[in-house]
Amino acid sequence: MTRGVWNLCANILELRGVTKVFKTGLTGKPVVAVDKVSFALREGEILSLLGESGSGKSTIARMILRFLKPTQGSIIYRGKDVWRLQGREVLEYYQEVQGIFQDPYSSFNPIHRVEHHLKQALRSLADGKKNFDEDNVIREAMERVGLNPQNVMGKYPHELSGGQLQRLSIARALLARPRLLVADEPVSMLDASTRVDLLNILAELRDEERMTIILIGHDLSLAYYISDTVVVLYRGSVMESGHVDEVLMRPKHPYTRLLLDSVPQLDKKWEHRMGLENGDQDYDELSKGCKFAPRCPKRFDKCEETPPLLTLGSRRVSCWLYADRQS
Amino acid sequence: MLLEVRGLRAYYRTLTGYVKAVNGVDLQLGEEILGIVGESGSGKSTLASSIILPKPPLRIVEGEVLFRGERIVAPSDTSGLTRVRYRHISIIPQYAMDSLSPTRKVYKIIKDLARGLGDDVLAKARRRLRRVNLPERVLDMYPVELSGGMKQRTVIVISTLLDPEVLIADEVTSALDVTTQRAVLEMLRDFKDSGIVRSIMIITHDIASVYQVSDTLAIMYAGRIVEHGPAEKVIRDPLHPYAQALISSIPKIGIHYKMQKLKGIPGNPPSLRNPPSGCAFHPRCSRSLDECSSREPRMVSKDGRRVACLLYE
Repeated sequence: MTRGVWNLCANILELRGVTKVFKTGLTGKPVVAVDKVSFALREGEILSLLGESGSGKSTIARMILRFLKPTQGSIIYRGKDVWRLQGREVLEYYQEVQGIFQDPYSSFNPIHRVEHHLKQALRSLADGKKNFDEDNVIREAMERVGLNPQNVMGKYPHELSGGQLQRLSIARALLARPRLLVADEPVSMLDASTRVDLLNILAELRDEERMTIILIGHDLSLAYYISDTVVVLYRGSVMESGHVDEVLMRPKHPYTRLLLDSVPQLDKKWEHRMGLENGDQDYDELSKGCKFAPRCPKRFDKCEETPPLLTLGSRRVSCWLYADRQS
Repeated sequence: MLLEVRGLRAYYRTLTGYVKAVNGVDLQLGEEILGIVGESGSGKSTLASSIILPKPPLRIVEGEVLFRGERIVAPSDTSGLTRVRYRHISIIPQYAMDSLSPTRKVYKIIKDLARGLGDDVLAKARRRLRRVNLPERVLDMYPVELSGGMKQRTVIVISTLLDPEVLIADEVTSALDVTTQRAVLEMLRDFKDSGIVRSIMIITHDIASVYQVSDTLAIMYAGRIVEHGPAEKVIRDPLHPYAQALISSIPKIGIHYKMQKLKGIPGNPPSLRNPPSGCAFHPRCSRSLDECSSREPRMVSKDGRRVACLLYE
């Protein structure tokens, strides 16, 4: 299904060499938050952007949502550069692409009732046209995310739990009938026992409506539970990407391995001491070569040069260890 | 027994009534790492503060806390605490790492805290920093210059400088990345195993991470402990329906929703102002009996642990 100006493309979204540089402090010292990141999503795919703090994962989300402009590179949605949209195209873009965010408590103005927030969103998306029953559309969106309209209509945000509020933000995003949902850490502030329900809702949206979803997070188990593909980021660069089984069950990159080793799992206890290694270098110390090299147990001479993004079967790895094995 | 909590009830006084955050807790702490796990509003942080830092609007309503058999906390009497606080029982409150004064260097912060204890405290701080693989220059840095993991490790070093017997750590890993989280938890394990502290209570919402370093686990719900026992038993074969539902709702790497769909716990967390009658979990429990709404379950011993559920009485 396409609306308006959008083309049918093999990839619904494509990032091509996207870079974001922030200027920080009084001196304007540049910090490269996202460094030549490229990846693509097919329609109906769930892709997880995985990384720790400082990996640039949220910056990528904000660039896709047009909150931040890339310093270099382009973001292509159905054949159009999203940073070259003009006039009405921008509104049409937000009808296609919607976001939900980490903190459901600060996503709603506390002085307005629940339905007000949804009505407001509906009106700004409808762009003046009103040929539908607002209440009905809102009810439908609430039911879609497992909220009982009778229980939440008329309430203020503080009367709802975090899980209910996060469902409400999905409902609000769904009002646009988007084709791509960018979910930035949507469950990390929720209680453990409600996280999986929210992921199940996202999975249903994909299975029943073929919605494409980008999930940003740091929890590898949650990412495995719902994703088709994962992109592992470290300090702004892609370390490894590919099918979730390939990357998380048979990791190649030393950083992916370190992440998998550190993730606490209920089915196994950490066996060995990892030791108190120190991954806290300054960003500018790492301007040359592989960004993970200072912490990498496998580093060698070659790592002083920036590794290429190698294709190994269906996955891509940015590591010199595999330079002679490219397929 | 190092620390003993007996029938403790601690409520917050508000304009609209009491919030019953700790509502009848019995707990014994020996030389072990005990993980106290609960979701938001379970009363886990209040339990920590009522043991060592009760202050208004929190009030001890009932029960007592004993340290080595001596009473340190009782209703309207917490005078026993000043003797033991920091020297014998130390606490790292939630958000402590973000509460370090930004205008004082780390060594100044230590000097302020250890006033009157002589200069060897700084020497000891230096040794401890080396032990946890932090450079000594941390002492000459401002807290803002430290990364999250370094800051949290520094906070743990500071709070154990007087070699307390008991350390209470409230959500010390929740703001950290997984790789630094592991380093901090292993550091706590090392402090326990090397005898710097004798026992640690780790309070957290993250059951998978605390399981990695705990000897025993206690699971809290609505101000009570519902199950308490050896970590391995509680995780592998939980008895309480809440513990079962919680543990089975957590995904593991290798479980994809298309192969195995997981379920969360239905319903919403209980109100602590007005908790459900009987067992507080009964409105959300898939195995509840008729009497669960009227009768409060007692803590009973079952299969090597303690559990509070009418199914086992």
